[in-house]
Amino acid sequence: MPASLLAIPLLPLASFVLTLLLGKRWGTRAHWLPIITVLISFGCALAAFFRVRSGEIINQDIYIWIQSGNLTVSFGFLVDQLTAVMLIVVTSISALVHIYSVGYMKGEDGYYRFFAYLSLFTFSMLMLVLGNNFLQLFFGWEAVGLSSYLLIGFYYEKKSAADAGKKAFIVNRFGDFGFILGLFLIFTQFGSLHYQEVFSRVGALDGQTISLFGSQINLATMIALLLFCGAIGKSAQIPLHIWLPDAMEGPTPVSALIHAATMVTAGVFLVARCNPIFALSPFALNLITVLGAVTALFAATIALVQTDIKRVVAYSTVSQLAYMFIGCGVGAYSAGIFHLFTHAFFKALLFLGCGSVILGMHHEQDVRSMGGLKPYMPITYWTFLLASLSISGVPGLAGFFSKDEILLMAFNTELGAGKFAWAIGTLVAFMTAFYSFRLFFLIFHGEFRGTDHQRHHLQESPLVVTGPLMLLAVGAVTAGWFGIPAILGGDNHWAHFLEPVLGHPHIHVSGTVEALLMGGSILAGVCGIALAFYMYRLKPHLPTLLAERMAFVHRLLSNKYYIDELYNNVLIQPTLAFSRRVLLRIVDIGCIEGVVNGIPRSIGVLSEKMRRIQDGQVSHYLAWMGGGALVLIVVLLARI
Amino acid sequence: MSIPLLSTLIFFPVLGGLSLLIVPRQQIATIRLMALLISLIEFLLCLPALLLFDKTTYLMQFQEHHPWIKALNINYALGIDGISVLFLLLTALIIVLSILVSWESITHKVQEFFVALLVLEGAMMGVFCATDFFLFYIFWEAMLIPMFLIIGVWGGPKRIYATVKFFLYTLVGSLLMLVGIILLYQNGGHTFDILQLAGQPYSLKLQLILFWAFFAAFAVKVPMWPVHTWLPDAHTEAPAAGSVILAGVLIKMGAYGFLRFSLPILPDATQQMLLPMLILSVIAIVYGAIICLAQTDLKRLIAYSSVSHMGFVTLGLFALNQRGLEGGILQMINHGVVTGALFLAIGMIYERTHTREIVAYGGLASTMPVFAGFFLLFTLAAVGLPGTNGFIGEFLILLGGFERLPWTAVIAASGLILGAWYMLWLYQRIFFNEIKESMRGLVELNLREILTLLPMVLLIFWIGLYPNALLGFLHVSVGHLLDQVNGVGLAGTLLVPGLIPPP
Repeated sequence: MPASLLAIPLLPLASFVLTLLLGKRWGTRAHWLPIITVLISFGCALAAFFRVRSGEIINQDIYIWIQSGNLTVSFGFLVDQLTAVMLIVVTSISALVHIYSVGYMKGEDGYYRFFAYLSLFTFSMLMLVLGNNFLQLFFGWEAVGLSSYLLIGFYYEKKSAADAGKKAFIVNRFGDFGFILGLFLIFTQFGSLHYQEVFSRVGALDGQTISLFGSQINLATMIALLLFCGAIGKSAQIPLHIWLPDAMEGPTPVSALIHAATMVTAGVFLVARCNPIFALSPFALNLITVLGAVTALFAATIALVQTDIKRVVAYSTVSQLAYMFIGCGVGAYSAGIFHLFTHAFFKALLFLGCGSVILGMHHEQDVRSMGGLKPYMPITYWTFLLASLSISGVPGLAGFFSKDEILLMAFNTELGAGKFAWAIGTLVAFMTAFYSFRLFFLIFHGEFRGTDHQRHHLQESPLVVTGPLMLLAVGAVTAGWFGIPAILGGDNHWAHFLEPVLGHPHIHVSGTVEALLMGGSILAGVCGIALAFYMYRLKPHLPTLLAERMAFVHRLLSNKYYIDELYNNVLIQPTLAFSRRVLLRIVDIGCIEGVVNGIPRSIGVLSEKMRRIQDGQVSHYLAWMGGGALVLIVVLLARI
Repeated sequence: MSIPLLSTLIFFPVLGGLSLLIVPRQQIATIRLMALLISLIEFLLCLPALLLFDKTTYLMQFQEHHPWIKALNINYALGIDGISVLFLLLTALIIVLSILVSWESITHKVQEFFVALLVLEGAMMGVFCATDFFLFYIFWEAMLIPMFLIIGVWGGPKRIYATVKFFLYTLVGSLLMLVGIILLYQNGGHTFDILQLAGQPYSLKLQLILFWAFFAAFAVKVPMWPVHTWLPDAHTEAPAAGSVILAGVLIKMGAYGFLRFSLPILPDATQQMLLPMLILSVIAIVYGAIICLAQTDLKRLIAYSSVSHMGFVTLGLFALNQRGLEGGILQMINHGVVTGALFLAIGMIYERTHTREIVAYGGLASTMPVFAGFFLLFTLAAVGLPGTNGFIGEFLILLGGFERLPWTAVIAASGLILGAWYMLWLYQRIFFNEIKESMRGLVELNLREILTLLPMVLLIFWIGLYPNALLGFLHVSVGHLLDQVNGVGLAGTLLVPGLIPPP
């Protein structure tokens, strides 16, 4: 194995350990080691990418991790086209976020701790994408969860931040619950957890069933859905989406890196990586598609009314992740990964742009206190505009190509859910453009609505912050150019590159239909932008009026459909009450302790009574003797 | 072997402990130092057992055999195999750390305390080394006396209640085991030799009687649900060292008993009782985890989490397959390391705050960041994060359970969710949120305390990243144990009660 490959995850790991142990001493220079290591990792990732492009696929074990009976699991790397793409995404965004954080986190308590955790995250995410087996994937999976927990709860003295970190971890465990059972099923079927061995014999699953609660269920479906449970948790899809908006408690660079560009896309990566299994189960694919469509719509509707700028972008992330799942669900895995790629740039840019705004506004996150920031923050303004155009699917920009590819594939597929997903997807494209530009106009245009103090201090962020914004803006514009479809004169290089791993569905629809679909999605985006312009620039009183007219809907959306409240009342509080009232009071203290303490006590009571027999009164003894003799005689007589 | 290694391991700490009595009782510093030295030497003495251990055989190694009571065919017989060897090292390590954590927290009757600790160590070593059932029983009971004293003399305010409860619980179990041992002796050819007792054709009825007799002793020790209620009381009242030993070694004895006696000697009964055992294990996992959510006392919470974790252990053992057993044994070590470490940490914080009430804590990450880091690691190992030792054990156990009866793994895996819930909630309440006024100005860990916790951290990652170092000891012995339980030749018929031929 080339040393440069090992260096990709190990350098960030070394940086984590050293920065955590020594970083306090380094003070304001604590960022150097993490930044340098992640940059070298990025270089090595580029090298790996070009090796893969030249046709070299690496699948090599490093050492045997666990061995028991016929179970052998290694730590090992698989570097193929899919991994290569993920390596680029992770290391590049991570490097930019590292640099950005120098400006954003300046002067914060625990500066070194922040950078150490960033390194830990980078290491974990790289282990996740590099693994050549399911268990190493799970290792990375949980380790990114840990990094996420630590970074969401970075301001741990704030209860809401500590709560959010804990919530993210526990909610993800619900997904992991299914994930690990999926691994067990895979192991019992294939006797291995290594991708190559499993995927090469995956055909054996076809037609097999497993009995569950008395009914026969297709085995491939079962495995696919269990794995997908993990993806639902990590990628914040319904019903486990609730942790992601709360994760915005973390510092903004974290939201950009972990909760937009990389970690949350791990679920999409999982589905794409396991595409040979998912391909066997049309049911699972349909379900993923439907869930994706529903989540996309659901999250987009919530994003329409949120007032915390980071929460708007967070719900937008949930919605965009759902797009990726639609892509995977309709069998167009490369389209899903394509959107993952472009989304990483424009969404990281949106978040970092928000961060820049938050810096300028002195840690104000409420969009109602902003407005008219354009002249004060020109670089943030223009990069934010590019990101918003990109996510809205404006032709030529990154988001356009990937979103269009997904919608085309959804329409194209023979799976039942395809057309449904296409219709919803196009509607959501309209909503996405609307809420993105609603946010954009509210932040940068109109009157400034903050305090005089805030206005007085308004200024553009330093170069260390705006530099990464500009670089990301380049990505948000150009990232889509790798996959220009044939109809626009490209050769869809992206899909061809990933085809060896992810395959590529055959396109049935004619060029005319394809062009119409494209026109539809462009129209949806443009209408969204236009409506946002109308409502927030031309008729600024309209939104308030609408909110009053449709108070119920507005309240429902503002409160995120009350899902958190539902879980709290149906799951959390009943469990706590069950624990206290039933298990502790009744079973433990009442029943078990009752018996345990009751037996010695009753022995005590009994012996107290028995003691009375020996009271020293000769007459009593005589009476007992007489009685006893009588009983004996009766018994003896009875036997004769 | 010219040097009786195992006898040395048993009697060196006992004699060493007794030799502390020579030192004048005012010289506390000397006594502490001597105790530490003795425990360290004992730890080093364990290393040859590990290094010279032959992993390719299931036979007993380092055997010693001397006739003791000839009339009853009782022998002083010692030996270790892959199943017991690791526990020697764990015991020695736990004692070293227990002495370190008691350095300043034990202030009265210091001499007696360390004597009790070292005598306890000898007895525990004896339990893991004995290959004669009678000798085992002697050590088993001998171990309890110093433990009662440690809780009863140096414990908290309700220590007498806790001690009596602990005593009664274990005594009832032990007596039933004694009856079982005698029954076994009469039916097994008048021998107490564990190896000879195994593999004999006892009738199923006898096996079942013996199984439940042994169960009484072992299940209480584990502790399995529903005979667990002594544990929270014992843990909360015990001094830090007592809790560490209790969690680290003592409650492993029950699971070890199942492995050493119930499974190989009573294979048919084990097969018959598999389902009840698996059900009890799964109940323990879920019950222990959910009840943790209701705890307001730090030590009680960790005690109940032990019930849950030991449920994983018994689930693995009674999965009766390679992965389940290896995972179960590994998890015994893991639980000793992780829960031992948690109790060490709690002991350290208790010394500073003198409260176990969780609500009294808050914001400690600011005042004691190093301590917070250690505690986080132990928390993560407890919730089975991959990369830590907890994951390896739980993964193998769940997989083993899944291969035996899938639904056991499905229910048990919910323990992963609940475990994260109660542990992270606990962590948040102690270390995060706004700092409590009473928690300001707490002193960060000193070097001694850091050195106490450091070995546990190393073990957590070492086992977590390279578990084969430990699993390698288990493969052959566990394979042999499985052959014994599955009764090679009768395999396949055993699960059907009617088909077992009368002896």
